Amino acid sequence: MSSINRFAKQIPAHVLSNKRVGQYHQILLNIGDLVKHCHPGNFVAISVGGDNSGMILRRAFAISRVSDRGEYGGTMELIVAPHGAGSRWLCSQQEGATLDVVTPLGSAFGIPTEPVNALLIGGGYGSAPLFGLAEVLKARGCRVDMILGASSTPKIYAPLEGKRSVNSLKIYTEDATSGIHGRVTDSLREIIAQDQIDVIYSCGPMAMLSAISSIASSMDVVHQCAVEEAMACGIGVCMTCVLPVTKDDGSIAMLRSCIEGPVMDGAKVAWNLVGQGREVKA
Amino acid sequence: MSSEFDYSTKLGTAWFPTPLFTASGCASSGRELAQFFPLKSIGAVVTKSIMLKPRLGRPTPRMSETPSGMLNSIGLQGPGIDAFIANDIPWLVENSARVVVSIAGETVEEYATLARRLRSVPGISALEVNISCPNVENRGLVFACDLDSSRAVIDGVRRIIGGDLPIIAKLSPDVTDIVSIAKGVVDAGADGVALINTLLGMVINIDTMRPHLGGKTGGLSGPAIRPVAVRAIYQVHEAMPKLPILGMGGVRSGRDALEMILAGASGVSVGTASFGNPHAIIDVQTELERLLRERGFDSLRSAVGFAHRDAQSAPDEDLS
Repeated sequence: MSSINRFAKQIPAHVLSNKRVGQYHQILLNIGDLVKHCHPGNFVAISVGGDNSGMILRRAFAISRVSDRGEYGGTMELIVAPHGAGSRWLCSQQEGATLDVVTPLGSAFGIPTEPVNALLIGGGYGSAPLFGLAEVLKARGCRVDMILGASSTPKIYAPLEGKRSVNSLKIYTEDATSGIHGRVTDSLREIIAQDQIDVIYSCGPMAMLSAISSIASSMDVVHQCAVEEAMACGIGVCMTCVLPVTKDDGSIAMLRSCIEGPVMDGAKVAWNLVGQGREVKA
Repeated sequence: MSSEFDYSTKLGTAWFPTPLFTASGCASSGRELAQFFPLKSIGAVVTKSIMLKPRLGRPTPRMSETPSGMLNSIGLQGPGIDAFIANDIPWLVENSARVVVSIAGETVEEYATLARRLRSVPGISALEVNISCPNVENRGLVFACDLDSSRAVIDGVRRIIGGDLPIIAKLSPDVTDIVSIAKGVVDAGADGVALINTLLGMVINIDTMRPHLGGKTGGLSGPAIRPVAVRAIYQVHEAMPKLPILGMGGVRSGRDALEMILAGASGVSVGTASFGNPHAIIDVQTELERLLRERGFDSLRSAVGFAHRDAQSAPDEDLS
C-alpha cells in the first residue's frame, strides 16, 4: 500500500447544520471516526450538484476544524463562500442532506515540538483553517498571533469563539471598513521583528502567500502556506494543481498541491514561475 | 440468470480477468488510487503516458470544468522512462496489478527508443502507444492526425517489440476518417486500438478575456464526449470486426461501458470519472457485469459488437 492518500476515505456524510455567517456558510458534517486523521491544513473533496449533475468534478475545501466530542460523534466544519455553481449548490444543502465526501486529503501544517511564537495570516475565508490550527498550537504552549485581511469587512471570517484561541488578532481591510486600512503585508516586517516571530502559517490568495513568502524569506522566518490551485481530482491523479517548487539541487519540480500540498514551504515555491512560460523547462 | 459468467477479455495475446482499465493520464502510475480499491481487482492499470526524459509539462491553469466534462492541458508531465522503470513498474508489480504501459514521444525514433527500454521489463501486459496527445507544443506533431506519421510510429515500435507484447495504438477523434487511421496502424503492426483520446478544445476566461488554460488549448474529456467515442468504436469495429478495441471517453457508469462493449470494444477505460469518484472504476465494473448478465450474456466476449448484429434478428437468437 502506498502512503499517498493513506487515511483518505470516500464516505457519505450528513449535513448536521448549515448556517450563514456574513458572506460565508458554516457547514457542519458528520464524518465519524475519520476526524482522528484530520489535521489543520488537510482538505475535503465534495461531489456537488447531485447524481445527474453536469458538474463532474469535486470541489475542494480546507477543513476549518474537526471535533470528536458532542452528540453526533466526529464532526467536520467547513467555511464555504457561495462563489460558483458548485459552492452555491453546497451552500443550499440543508440539515439532513447527505454529501459524498473524500477526506482527509493533502498535507497538514507542521506543528513545532517546542513552544514558539507563531503568526497566523489569513486572507478572506482563508482564515477558516487557521482557528483550528491556533487551538493546536496553543495546546503546545505556543504564543499565537493572528492577522486577517480582506478587501472589505464582510469578507473577513473571524468567529467569536475563534478569537479566544489566539493571543492577539489584527484585522486589515483594503476599503478601511474595519480594523487597519491596508493589507496584511503592510506592517509584516515590523510585526515579525517586534513579536519575535519564529514561524508564519498562512492561507489565502496566491498573491498574498507570495508577498508573505518574500518578506519571511528575507527575515529568515519559516513560512508554511496552504496554497490554492484549481484541482480536478484532489487525490493526485490528474496533475492539474501543480506548483513550481525549487528542489534541493536548485532545479524546479512541478508538485501537486493536492498530495504534496496544500501546505508547502513558502520559501521553496517558485512564485515567479507560477503560470509562467509556454513550457516550463526542467 | 446464469451463475457461470466469463468476464475476462483479451487485447491481442494479453489476457485480463475483467474488461475494466484505467485510462492513461487519469490514474498517474497507480499509487494514488490504491487507497480506494485494490489495483489487482481491475483488468489493468494503464499508466500515464511516459516520455524519454523527465518533463515538467505546461504552465497552470491546466484545467477548466465544462458542461459534463473538463478541459485539461497537462502537457505530459512525468518522471521520464528511467525513473518510471525504476520506481513505478516494480511498485505496480509488487501490488499484483496488471500493467499496460503508455508511451509518448516527440519523434518516431523516441517511440522506438521507449519500446527498446521497455521490451525486457518484466510485468508488462501490453504497450499503449499514445500517438494522439493534444497537449504537445506543435499540434502538427499529433501523429494520429496523419496516416503516414501514425504508421511510421507503430512500425518503428513493432520492429523493436517483435511479437513479445501486444501494441495498442491510441487514436485521436480529431480526424476526418478515423477508420483509415485505424487501418493504417493495424497494417503497420498494431494489435489493437484505444479509442478515443481527448478532443482539442478551448475555454476563454471572460474576466481576463484570454484563453483560460496556460497552454491555451486543451483536451476535452468526460461524459460530454461519450457519443463521439461510441461512434468511433462503432465505425472501427464495423470496418475491422476482429480488431481488439479499448474503448474510452466519458464512461462513468456501467451503462456507459455497456454502450462501448455493444459498439465493439473488448475493454473499457475509466478516466475522468475517477477524478470525481476515486471508486468509479469499481462501480462501473460491478454494474457492467450485472447489466450483461441481466441481458442474458454468458460472457463479456459474446457482447462485444452486439449492436452490429443483423437488424432482423431477435436478441435471443443472437446470444446462442
